[in-house]
Amino acid sequence: MAASADKLIIGGREFTSRLMVGTGKYASFEQTARALEMSGAEIITVAVRRVNLDRSKESLLDYIDLKKYTLLPNTAGCYTADDAVRTCRLAREAGMSDFVKLEVLGDEKTLFPDNEELLKAAKILVAEGFTVLPYCSDDVIVCKKLEDIGCAAVMPLGAPIGSGLGIRNPYNIRIILENVTVPVIVDAGVGSASDAAIAMELGCAGVLMNTAIAGAQDPIAMAEAMKLAVIAGRLSFKAGRIPRKLYANASSPLDGLIG
Amino acid sequence: MQIMLNGDSLETTDGCTIALLLQQLGISKERVAVELNGDIVPKITYEKQPISDDDKIEIVHFVGGG
Repeated sequence: MAASADKLIIGGREFTSRLMVGTGKYASFEQTARALEMSGAEIITVAVRRVNLDRSKESLLDYIDLKKYTLLPNTAGCYTADDAVRTCRLAREAGMSDFVKLEVLGDEKTLFPDNEELLKAAKILVAEGFTVLPYCSDDVIVCKKLEDIGCAAVMPLGAPIGSGLGIRNPYNIRIILENVTVPVIVDAGVGSASDAAIAMELGCAGVLMNTAIAGAQDPIAMAEAMKLAVIAGRLSFKAGRIPRKLYANASSPLDGLIG
Repeated sequence: MQIMLNGDSLETTDGCTIALLLQQLGISKERVAVELNGDIVPKITYEKQPISDDDKIEIVHFVGGG
């Protein structure tokens, strides 16, 4: 199967890359741009913040080719549905796109989603025509509710944001995959390339990460590693792995042994 | 007149519009969104939208984030 024929479709739009990356925490805008390039990502997340009234300050978007990337504005830092909805409306006006990564956080220590507020915000945003990609708990019930509301994807966490702990509960991700039809994208928790590959091998439609790349000792190299891991994991999933067995099964024929 | 811009008070001229304010601040309208007293101001109305004393204005843009 050619990887190029295996498109990811979200909100009616087609993407070739299944790796989505954040644009925060890099040492410089130049480094951000190079890491994005190396990751092969087509969807990149951004945050919505007050403009710095100091005009000398450069902007991230000065370094990013907007023809190449689909911006996915997030609602990071929002703790209520009202704040998240307000941020999305501003994002749509600033970016002229309906795509939003909806996150409504429960507390600062865990950055776990407040699923009650998340559902409330998702309902309003879908009704207003947004293409909503919600960051949520790895909980199939919440994911099904988000799908029923009309979200374009569900994005369960693999582990806490920025923790690098990997996919802590692959069984929950599997249950979600078996019970929703919208794309399932693991968002948050990935620490290294193998984590991304595991998410893809489970059958996820994509992986979204920021810290794992931006916080690596060499973010540019890690961006490439993540690109390859997502491709490898996807191919491995599609190829169908062998069953796990407790005992050995020889690879070489037993016939014709010398003796 | 006095307005609140991004949480700070700012002295601006009478008869100012959103378009003029952005111009004074050196901000290109393409990549920002403006909120006036809690409501989004559509870009096409920046020229016409007057600003009044005590208005609360937010100007936001995209920054790096995950």
